[in-house]
Amino acid sequence: MSAELATPATEDKKEFWRWQENTWIDETKDWRDAKVITCGIDVGSVSSQAVIVCDGELYGYNSMRTGSNSPDSATNALKGVLEKSGMTQEDIHYTVGTGYGRVNVPFANKAVTEIACHARGANYMGGNKVRTILDMGGQDCKAIHCDERGKVTNFLMNDKCAAGTGRGMEVIADLMQIPIANLGPRSFDVEVEPEAVSSICVVFAKSEALGLLKAGYTKNMVIAAYCQAMAERVVSLLERIGVEEGFFITGGIAKNPGVVKRIERILGIQAVDTKIDSQIAGALGAALFGYTLVQKQAKAA
Amino acid sequence: MIANYGYKDGSGEYYISIDTDNCIDCAADRACLTACPKQMFEIITDDYDDEVAWVKKAFTRTLAFDCSECKPAGGYTSLPCTTACTPGAIKHSW
Repeated sequence: MSAELATPATEDKKEFWRWQENTWIDETKDWRDAKVITCGIDVGSVSSQAVIVCDGELYGYNSMRTGSNSPDSATNALKGVLEKSGMTQEDIHYTVGTGYGRVNVPFANKAVTEIACHARGANYMGGNKVRTILDMGGQDCKAIHCDERGKVTNFLMNDKCAAGTGRGMEVIADLMQIPIANLGPRSFDVEVEPEAVSSICVVFAKSEALGLLKAGYTKNMVIAAYCQAMAERVVSLLERIGVEEGFFITGGIAKNPGVVKRIERILGIQAVDTKIDSQIAGALGAALFGYTLVQKQAKAA
Repeated sequence: MIANYGYKDGSGEYYISIDTDNCIDCAADRACLTACPKQMFEIITDDYDDEVAWVKKAFTRTLAFDCSECKPAGGYTSLPCTTACTPGAIKHSW
């Protein structure tokens, strides 16, 4: 599945943390043929996504950075996918908001927590064999268990500390002055795998990384040490609820092989692969929730 | 569903777990709401339309401090919330 990537416009501004926003539409489908069109809006702390689902199938999405205002972020995210598809807001039958800004989505019919939405989204993306989900979000981290229908059976969330989150990786990208998309591949370009940085706090990890550079570590070694620390951090969170086969990772960090491969190595299991952008799991789950609710309402009528 | 509210930091793990399957049809008449001296618990309708207790968001990042008065050092021999919850839905991780 290829997405149209927006020009990052970062090289000249030296914003190494800036990840690529993207919009994608399934060109093989025509939304006009759909009986039920639902939308999921995930307003996260760092990124916002709008996902369109036609008759329960993914049709398109837009993923972009969250601005300072949640309602505007939700509107802009939706606008991106509507413009690309030629759809209008009136064509959407039901909208579900999720993420930390879910109560501030002005056009949402319902708000659902991101925990339930990520489980539902992961169930769609990875199939009904998915049982354990790790969501590595922008500023929090969640470990979720779900059943074969994507219903949550156990969860915990850590939103007190930024260690093990996307924001932590952005800080390291800026510190190393390496584009964030390159951190994962470069973390493997080391002769010997270094020890993880010892700090579990992003601020202190940054200080420690600077110390390692001064001590003669290459940038790649520092990145590898940070990726390992992040992997160890989130695995300790997962251990509390346990990890079952059918392990799936959502959120932006799922695109970083440096962290994903190290998590897999520690756990001794391979994460379920998907061709769909891992960052849209929450919004996709929200749109699927909307589809189920529309079906329920139709049956009740 | 087991819902874990709390956090892990450098000093330890602080989670209050609520087994919502035991909480839905509460046999203790929602005694947790009044048992907690800080009134941390609240009844909500969750994503699956079940009415269950949860820990208010304002407390989830400060549990180690908020619950300290109810721990043995505060003079209690058993936690008021877990004692009041006779179905056994509430558990502390520390």
